[in-house]
Amino acid sequence: MARSAAAKAPARHGRAHPLSLWARRTGWRHLVMLVFLVFALFPILFVVSAALNPLGTLSSSTLVPRSAGLQNFLQLLGGTHFGRWYANSLLIAMANAAATVFLSALAAYVFSRFRFAGRRLGLYGLLVIQMFPQFLAIVAIYLMFSTVSDYWPAVGFNTPWGLMLVYLGGALSINTWLMKGFFDTIPAALDESAQVDGATHAQAFFRIMLPLVTPVLAVVGLLVFIATVNEFLIASVFLRDPEAKTVAVGLYGMVADQRDANFGMFSAGTLLLAVPVLSVFWFLQRYIAEGLTSGAVKG
Amino acid sequence: MLGLAAAVALWAVFPLYSAGNWAGVGAVVAVTGLIFYVYLSKRAVPAKYLVPGTLFLVAFQIIPVLYTLSTSVTNYSDGHRGTKEEAVEQIEASSVQRSPDSTSYTLTVAARGSAPGGELVFLLTAPDGSAYAGDAQGLQPLPGATVTPSGKITAAPGYTVLPPSQANARSEEITGLAVPSGSGTGIRSSGFSTAYEGRSTLTYDAGCDCITDAETGRVYTADDERGAFVADNGDRLPQGWRVGVGMANFARFLTDPDIRSSFLGILTWNIAFAAGTTAMVFALGLCVALTLHTREHFTGRTAYRLLVVLPYAMPSFAMFLLWRSMFNSDFGLLNRMLGLDTDWFGEPWTARAAVLIVNIWLGFPYMFLVATGALQSIPRELVQAARIDGAGAWQAFRQVTLPLLMVAMAPILVATFAFNFNNFNAVWLTTEGGPFPTDNPMAGATDLLITYTYRLAFGASGAQYGYAAALSVFIFLIVTVMSVVSLRRSASLEEVHR
Repeated sequence: MARSAAAKAPARHGRAHPLSLWARRTGWRHLVMLVFLVFALFPILFVVSAALNPLGTLSSSTLVPRSAGLQNFLQLLGGTHFGRWYANSLLIAMANAAATVFLSALAAYVFSRFRFAGRRLGLYGLLVIQMFPQFLAIVAIYLMFSTVSDYWPAVGFNTPWGLMLVYLGGALSINTWLMKGFFDTIPAALDESAQVDGATHAQAFFRIMLPLVTPVLAVVGLLVFIATVNEFLIASVFLRDPEAKTVAVGLYGMVADQRDANFGMFSAGTLLLAVPVLSVFWFLQRYIAEGLTSGAVKG
Repeated sequence: MLGLAAAVALWAVFPLYSAGNWAGVGAVVAVTGLIFYVYLSKRAVPAKYLVPGTLFLVAFQIIPVLYTLSTSVTNYSDGHRGTKEEAVEQIEASSVQRSPDSTSYTLTVAARGSAPGGELVFLLTAPDGSAYAGDAQGLQPLPGATVTPSGKITAAPGYTVLPPSQANARSEEITGLAVPSGSGTGIRSSGFSTAYEGRSTLTYDAGCDCITDAETGRVYTADDERGAFVADNGDRLPQGWRVGVGMANFARFLTDPDIRSSFLGILTWNIAFAAGTTAMVFALGLCVALTLHTREHFTGRTAYRLLVVLPYAMPSFAMFLLWRSMFNSDFGLLNRMLGLDTDWFGEPWTARAAVLIVNIWLGFPYMFLVATGALQSIPRELVQAARIDGAGAWQAFRQVTLPLLMVAMAPILVATFAFNFNNFNAVWLTTEGGPFPTDNPMAGATDLLITYTYRLAFGASGAQYGYAAALSVFIFLIVTVMSVVSLRRSASLEEVHR
């Protein structure tokens, strides 16, 4: 109390210590943020510098680039299947995010608005089943898709659709909880009155609810998009053809054995992959804080 | 909607029908029937919304989990994969000896599927020119193969012919592969371009349920409990079959002293890793959020926000690999910049510190976002009221803000803990679990239970699926219990009970 009174005093009397006032009010904030920014940004700076490093090796990469060139990018796009990997990653991530948001919203609506037998069991079940490390079931998934590949090669190994089917197994998850929490904050009177006015439950859901819960849809979409782009393990089992790989599998293969030599190309690929993630992030950022917590706060 | 379901069902049924897989046809019909029932009936409204997601959940989560559960009570592993009949065939085929009257085949080494990494297959051309494909299951005619006059096969539908370099890389597999070709006979390779059919020296006798070695006269008797043929002196044949072993895999955690000590060590580090990561990302994230959370004019707030969340928006798998390179002891950035000569991943404690630093770096921006949202949702009047009542800044934060914040963030913290408990990428893409003690190459200093399990299941020293499945069931139980207990305590599940 005493400290803040002292801080305010000079301002009130208009006395001239603008610098120390600034330091006390916001200066320390800048100082703290500077420390955090150094920690947060120096690895990213290193990627940028390594991607521009014309020699393209790890040992010759420095934090601040000594010289810059686009050789790594050209080599990556010309000498590897990177274009295909990139398209695969984006296709899988976007399709999976869209489908997951849709399936999850359907379920969250029911869990939020209806009371039915098995509701509690369903909610707890969703939470618990997610605790099972899905990729340890990969032996089972592998055997399952060996059969699927024989019968329906269109959704078997080495296709984005088969991989998406597996990812959709996780569509109902903690995300459904997140959505349900947000749905709960929308007054039930809104969709109930629509139903009284003669709307069907489907109309109430699509016309009334969905527009109101956009923040949480955006957040779940973003989280799923990021998680899918980064998913490495199941994808590496599924996608063996060089042309069917995602960026994660492809880049991993690139530095797994030739880490030093391919480091420049790897960094270039990382930056290119960060572009769509960052742009999705940019578009959705105003929803993020709201969507992540408002459901939980209500508790 | 129903039309779509019907179309998918028709498309799915056709190959099953033509292959005569009636169980598969039945399953498709049952699922389609369920969909039609749910969407045509006027009742069961919740089901209409739950069915689509649940179908995927059942097919790709629950069934694999159940399969893993059933595997965890078997000895499924390398050498114990198939049925007893397959094991007998394999034993007989692999003991094949070349005799003067052996048939010779021209051999082409190939892989199943369209990539050279697929399952190994022998493409064989008999002296009469007919082509066969042979693997550990047996020999099948191979129609549609392109055969050169010398008998070499250059292309065959469904297989990829391995170029010499690839064949060379898999030479051990090629020498090991034995194709059963009839009772007591088998085909083995002799180099990369010829194969021969010969008689086995080990023969199975159904009468005594045993295998006799014609050369040494030793008798191996079937042990149906262990799934192997065992001789009097305890020697066993390498090829066994899959049997149920009950709780033996689970008992290994407790009874085998080697496994027990490494298991407890890993579990301790795993909990420390998950708890440490959660605590640190929460502390750092909250610290940044509080720094930026002020009503006063603060130049550059938006810029700070965007820059600080950059690590979260970067592709995390690539960032793990990047950090691994930065910690590299020979030409990594950190050693060069700090002028150190530390072998970060070579010592247990530096490796652990390194993994934690990387994981905190990736995690704190997300926590910052969540904490910002939670801080904004706390009414300012509460803090102001506390200040007016005479509370200091720290006291107001400690007594008012923090408790409210914890209510909002508890589920996220629990989820963060659970996620990091099984954060495979964080360890596998950086240290791969190492460094390893010299006497135990299976359990490293930074191993989490999940990377340890992965190494057991898919590692280089032979696959132990049964034991790995038991471990994953165990991990599942630990994480579930910890999460449910802590969520219950945070009382954030109350809404479920409404």
